[in-house]
Amino acid sequence: MMKNAVQCRSLVVVRGDREVLHGIDCALVTGSVTGLLGPSGCGKTTLIRAIVGLQAKVTGDVEVLGLPAGSPKLRGRIGYVTQEPSVYGDLTVTENLRFFAAVLGVSADDVDRVIDAVDLGTHATARVDQLSGGQRSRASLAAALLGNPELLVLDEPTVGLDPVLRRDLWDLFHRLAADGATLLVSSHVMDEASRCDRLLLMRDGDLLADDTPADLLAAAGTADIEQAFLTLIDRKTGAR
Amino acid sequence: MTPRVTFAVAARVLAQLRRDHRTVAMLVVLPTLLVSLMWWMFTDSPATFDRVGGPLLAVFPAIIMFTVTSVAVLRERSTGTLARLFTMPMAKLDFLLGYAFAFALIAVVQAAVVVSIALYALDLDIEGAAWQLGVVAVLDGVLGTALGLFASAFAATEFQAVQMMPAVMIPQILLCGLLVPRERLPGVLEAVSDVLPLSYAVDAVAGVAAGNGFGAGAGTDALVVTAFIVAALALGAATLRRRTA
Repeated sequence: MMKNAVQCRSLVVVRGDREVLHGIDCALVTGSVTGLLGPSGCGKTTLIRAIVGLQAKVTGDVEVLGLPAGSPKLRGRIGYVTQEPSVYGDLTVTENLRFFAAVLGVSADDVDRVIDAVDLGTHATARVDQLSGGQRSRASLAAALLGNPELLVLDEPTVGLDPVLRRDLWDLFHRLAADGATLLVSSHVMDEASRCDRLLLMRDGDLLADDTPADLLAAAGTADIEQAFLTLIDRKTGAR
Repeated sequence: MTPRVTFAVAARVLAQLRRDHRTVAMLVVLPTLLVSLMWWMFTDSPATFDRVGGPLLAVFPAIIMFTVTSVAVLRERSTGTLARLFTMPMAKLDFLLGYAFAFALIAVVQAAVVVSIALYALDLDIEGAAWQLGVVAVLDGVLGTALGLFASAFAATEFQAVQMMPAVMIPQILLCGLLVPRERLPGVLEAVSDVLPLSYAVDAVAGVAAGNGFGAGAGTDALVVTAFIVAALALGAATLRRRTA
């Protein structure tokens, strides 16, 4: 089994005439949950879109499951949750999932499994646009779980969820990783960092750290991730 | 391309439409209402209605299908569903043909209603066969869908997509021969109208109405419309981008 599910080398992305990622080197270890943390606008979504192969004007090297990012052979092996709902509001949860299952070519039985996984059983026949924001994002997550993808890339999946649901979802993420999946979960909430096996800290299109939470705290000599983030920024600007 | 995926897209688009009664009413009833309005306007000159009524059967479905389709595709972009589909084993043509099939089915219903009402309730007089008028009306609806799919590639938002209708369709309506017969247009404009799809859509209807059936002229125009549909879908697939800024 390959060690890294994703490997980025000197990844640069240009949007318009502005460079938004300035040469990122990072890796996602197979079977781990990696948190992608950083303030809004730091480039998290752009990095994610480069990994799933939907970002234009990418230079450098992005290898996903041993193939170049965006390769047709990767389609269906990556579960992707965007920050937008990415489900059809005028269809029910089940109708949405049946459709995506048909596109993926996975059995309709898988629909019930993923509804259970995100605990939406009581709302399976509700139209998605009548669900709360949190329920809608769980419906979107359920669609990403169809067919047991090897890589799950989740862009802020826990925004707007209550603490109990957030804990349940993080438990689910770790169960999936224990079964061999690799997860990349972005968040701008630093307190989710402690739930990750590894962390990527980003700021202004640069990667500040690619480490385990414990090693990151030790290296920064701080007690919490937020403080470590500030220390790393100070060191970087001090070094200039 | 995978038939399973194409039909999944078509079935899903139809399921969404089934929930959206206002859009279905818009697609099925509006062309009929507009043709009825024209009939009313020309109460005192039924001959004029006989002349313009047929071509309008081509124009109204095409415009309405164009607008609905282009906005529907942009909605897939803005809600993130298109991004999700692009990470799945779906070819761009699966997506476009799925929409085309779903709206073609709607076009059949639309054409059946508008042609029946025009011929039997509004006494539109045509020389040719009613079924040929129906076939041409369906083709024109599908033409609107195919052009809408293609045009949606050039709009970044739903707001921009609705602006495509006047930009793409109104020049075609002006030049299609409805207002001024195409052969009486200034040379340059006649040449332009020769390369616009709606010109052939209107020619096909006018041909059937004049009694030149598919065997005598109208068939060629219908084939040209079909070629435009195929070309618009192919160009749509070529311009639809998986990777975006």
